[in-house]
Amino acid sequence: MSSFKLGAAALLALGLGAGVAQANEGAHIEKLDWSFNGAFGTFDRAALQRGYQVYKEVCASCHSMKYLSYRNLQDIGFSEAEVKALAAQYEVPALDEAGDPTTVKAKPSDRFHSPFPNEVAARAANGGALPPDLSLIAKARVGGPDYIHALLNGYHETPAGFALPDGKSYNTVFPGNAIGMPKPLSDDQVTYADGTKATVEQMSRDVATFLMWAAEPKLEDRKRAGVKVMGFLGLLTIFTFLTYRKVRRKVQGH
Amino acid sequence: MSSSTPFQTNSKVIKWIEARLPIISTIDGALVSYPAPRNLNYWWNFGSLAGFMLVAQIVTGIILVMHYTPHVTLAFASVEHIMRDVNYGWLLRYAHANGASMFFVVVYIHILRGLYYGSYKAPRELLWWLGIVIFLLMMATAFMGYVLPWGQMSFWGATVITNLFGALPMIGGDIVTWLWGGFSVDNATLNRFFSLHYLLPFVICAVVFLHLWALHTTKSSNPLGIEIKGDQDTVPFHPYYTAKDAFGLSVFLMFFAYWVFFNPNALGHPDNYTEANPMVTPAHIVPEWYFLPFYAILRAVPDKLGGVIAMGGAIVILFFMPYLDFSKVRSAKFRPIYKQAFWLFVIDGLILGYVGAMPAEGIWIIIGRIASVYYFAHFIIIVPLISWFEKPLPVPESIAKAVLGDAAKA
Amino acid sequence: MATSSSAGHDAHGSGQATRRDFLYVATIGLGAVAAGATVWPLIDQMNPAADVLALSSTEVDLSKIAEGQGITVMWRGKPVFVRHRTEKEIKEAEEAPLSEMRDPATDASRVKEGKKQWLVMVGVCTHLGCIPLGQQGDYDGWFCPCHGSHYDSSGRIRKGPAPLNLAIPEYQFLSDTKIKIG
Repeated sequence: MSSFKLGAAALLALGLGAGVAQANEGAHIEKLDWSFNGAFGTFDRAALQRGYQVYKEVCASCHSMKYLSYRNLQDIGFSEAEVKALAAQYEVPALDEAGDPTTVKAKPSDRFHSPFPNEVAARAANGGALPPDLSLIAKARVGGPDYIHALLNGYHETPAGFALPDGKSYNTVFPGNAIGMPKPLSDDQVTYADGTKATVEQMSRDVATFLMWAAEPKLEDRKRAGVKVMGFLGLLTIFTFLTYRKVRRKVQGH
Repeated sequence: MSSSTPFQTNSKVIKWIEARLPIISTIDGALVSYPAPRNLNYWWNFGSLAGFMLVAQIVTGIILVMHYTPHVTLAFASVEHIMRDVNYGWLLRYAHANGASMFFVVVYIHILRGLYYGSYKAPRELLWWLGIVIFLLMMATAFMGYVLPWGQMSFWGATVITNLFGALPMIGGDIVTWLWGGFSVDNATLNRFFSLHYLLPFVICAVVFLHLWALHTTKSSNPLGIEIKGDQDTVPFHPYYTAKDAFGLSVFLMFFAYWVFFNPNALGHPDNYTEANPMVTPAHIVPEWYFLPFYAILRAVPDKLGGVIAMGGAIVILFFMPYLDFSKVRSAKFRPIYKQAFWLFVIDGLILGYVGAMPAEGIWIIIGRIASVYYFAHFIIIVPLISWFEKPLPVPESIAKAVLGDAAKA
Repeated sequence: MATSSSAGHDAHGSGQATRRDFLYVATIGLGAVAAGATVWPLIDQMNPAADVLALSSTEVDLSKIAEGQGITVMWRGKPVFVRHRTEKEIKEAEEAPLSEMRDPATDASRVKEGKKQWLVMVGVCTHLGCIPLGQQGDYDGWFCPCHGSHYDSSGRIRKGPAPLNLAIPEYQFLSDTKIKIG
C-alpha cells in the first residue's frame, strides 16, 4: 500500500513539472485532431505540400527557415527533379572565376533562401520587429501546431478601449494581443494545385502541418520505431517476469 | 536454501589471473555470490536502475559529442544537425535529454526509499553521504548539460544560476566573472561547461564505485531494517536479484521509451527551441522539473544570499540525517509516526515542485514560504522529536523468521 | 504446472527443468536481441550524415585548362585530378602493354568515349592515401613521394608498392567544356 503511494507520488511529481511548464501562457488554444497525433500518427502528404506552397508564397517573404534544405522536400513527396527545379528558382552566393562575389542557382543541398541577409535588415524592413525563423517554430511555442493555427485565425477587430500601438495588429491568441505581423492570410490568397479551396482555415491548417514537419522531420520514424520498441519491451517484460518468478520459487524453496 | 559460497574455481587460467589480480572473485562477490537480504522489495530495484541510467547517459553523451560543436555560433545548429541529418541522431539526443529526467526520477525514488527505510543509519552513514555526493554531482552535470544546446532556456538558466554566486559577500562579483570567463555568459562559459559536463560523469562513476564498496562492506539494508544474522537471512545476488533487476529494468525501459518515442519534448521547455539571445529574456524562466523544489526554496527567501544559503542547505541537511534521526528502529514499517511524517515530507516536496514552476507572485510566494519552512522543520524539529517520543512497534527477531515464519527453523 | 499436468509422474522433475531452461534461454535471447537492436543506432550514427551525402557532386569548367595542363578540384573532401592530356601522353597510355601491369586496364576504359584527352581521377594513392605528384616518375604520369609508387599517363600503377590504379570517380560531361563529378 505504502509502495503504491510512493510510486503514485513520484509519477505525480513528474507529471506536475511537465504540466505546469505548459500551463503558463494565456489565451485559449483549440486542440485540433492532427493526422500526426497519437502513437501511430503520420503526416498527410497532400497537406504538407499545400503547406509548403503557403509558406513559399506567403510566409517566405518575411520568415526564413534556415535549418531546412531543398533536398528535405523529397521527404514530403516531391520528386528529385521537382526539388531540383524548386531549388533552381533561388540564387545563392558564390565566387566567380576572378574571385568576385556572384550568385549561382541553388542546388538541392542548399539551405532554404532567407528573405533578409541579416537580423538588422530583417528588423529594418519590419518596423523593428524580427520575423522569427520558422524552422522550429512548431516546437518553440507552447501549443505547437495548435498555436500556429489559432494565431493565424486569431486576427479580429481591435476592441474599443484597447490601445493598439502603431504598426501592430490585434490578435486574440498572441501574448499581449498586439502582434507585429499584419494578418497574413485571406481567402484564396494562394491557388492550390490539387483544387482544395484555399480558405484561411484550410491554409492555416496546411501551413501548421508543414511547420510541424519542418520542426520534427523524423516524427514518423520516431513513432514507427516506438511502436516496435514498446511491443518488444512488452514481450521482454513478460519473459523477465516469468524468469524472475521461477527463480524466486527455486531460491525460496517453498 | 543456504546462500553465499566463496568464489571457487578449477580453471588454471582463472587461478593464474586471481593470483595476480583478484578481479573475478571481486565481481563474483559483488554480483553473483553477494549475500543479499532475502526480503528486498521492489523499491530496492532503483539502485541498479540508477547505475543503468548512468551508463546510458555516458554512452549516448559520448556519441552526441561526435556531432556536437561547443561554440556559441554553432552549438544550436549542431544540435539541429544531429536531429535532422545524423543517422538516428534524433533517437540519441532524445534518449540523452529524457535520460537526464529518467536518471533523476530513479535517483529521487532511491533517496526516498533510503529515507523511508532508515538506510542512512549506522553503520551506513558513509554509504548515505556518498550517495548525496553523487546527487550533488548529478545536479551540477545536469545543469551544465542543459546549457549545451544553447537555446534560450540554456542561456538564461546559466545566467540566473551563475549569478547566484554573486550573492557571496565581498568576492561574489569576482567569482561570477571567473565562472563566466567574461562579462556575461558567452563562448568561454559554454566551452568550460562542455568540458566539465564531459568530466563529471566519470567523477560520478568513481563515487558510485565507492558507494558500492561501502554497500558491500555493510551489506544492503532491507525493508525490515534489521541486520543480517546468518545465511538463512540471505540469498545469493545471482540469480535471485539479477533476475529481479532484469524484470525491473524491462518495466522501467517501457516508461523511458514512452517519453523518448511518444512525448520527447514534454519534459523540456519550448523556449529551448529558440536559439540563445542575450538581448531577450523569456517570459518565465523555469528550470527543469527535477530542480523545481530547490528553485522554490531559493525564491522563498526575500534576500539573495539568504536564498542561496537556503537552497544549498536544503541538500546539505540530508548529510545530517543519521544524527537528526536517533530512533533505535530503522524501518518506517515499525515507526507509525515517522511513517506519517515521511509522507507529509513527500507531499511538501511536491508542493515545492509545483510552486517552483509558478510565477513568483501572490499566493505562490506565501505557499512557497510555508512549504520551505516545513521542509527544514521536517529535518530539524519533526524528525528528532519523533525519534524522542515515538513508541515503535515490535521488530521481528530475524529476516528469515519474518519472511518464512517457523519454517525457517526446519 | 503446465508441464506436470501433461507429463507422467516420473517425468515431473525433468519436465520442470526443461521448461525452466527454455525460459532462461528465451529470456537471455530476448535480452541479447534488445542489446543488439540498441547497439545498431550507436554504430550507424558514425556513417555519413544526410547533409554529407547530399553534398557529393562538383561541377568543373574545362574551358580554361590548356593542353598539357591539369587542375585539382575537391570532391567529397578528396582531391580529384582533371588533366588535359597531350597527344604524346595519350599515345603512351594506349600503347603500354597490359601484360606488364599490376592492375591491367586499357586506356579507353579510363576515359569517356571521344573525350580521351580528358583524364579525371581521384588523386589519392591506392597504397596508403597520400596525394601523388603530377608529371613525375618513370612513366610520364604521377609519382607518390610517400613510398615511391609510379603511375603512368593513364593513372595506372606501374611500379612501387601501390596495389591498384588511381580510381576513376563517377562523372559525366554536361557539355563539351563542363563535367559533373559525383
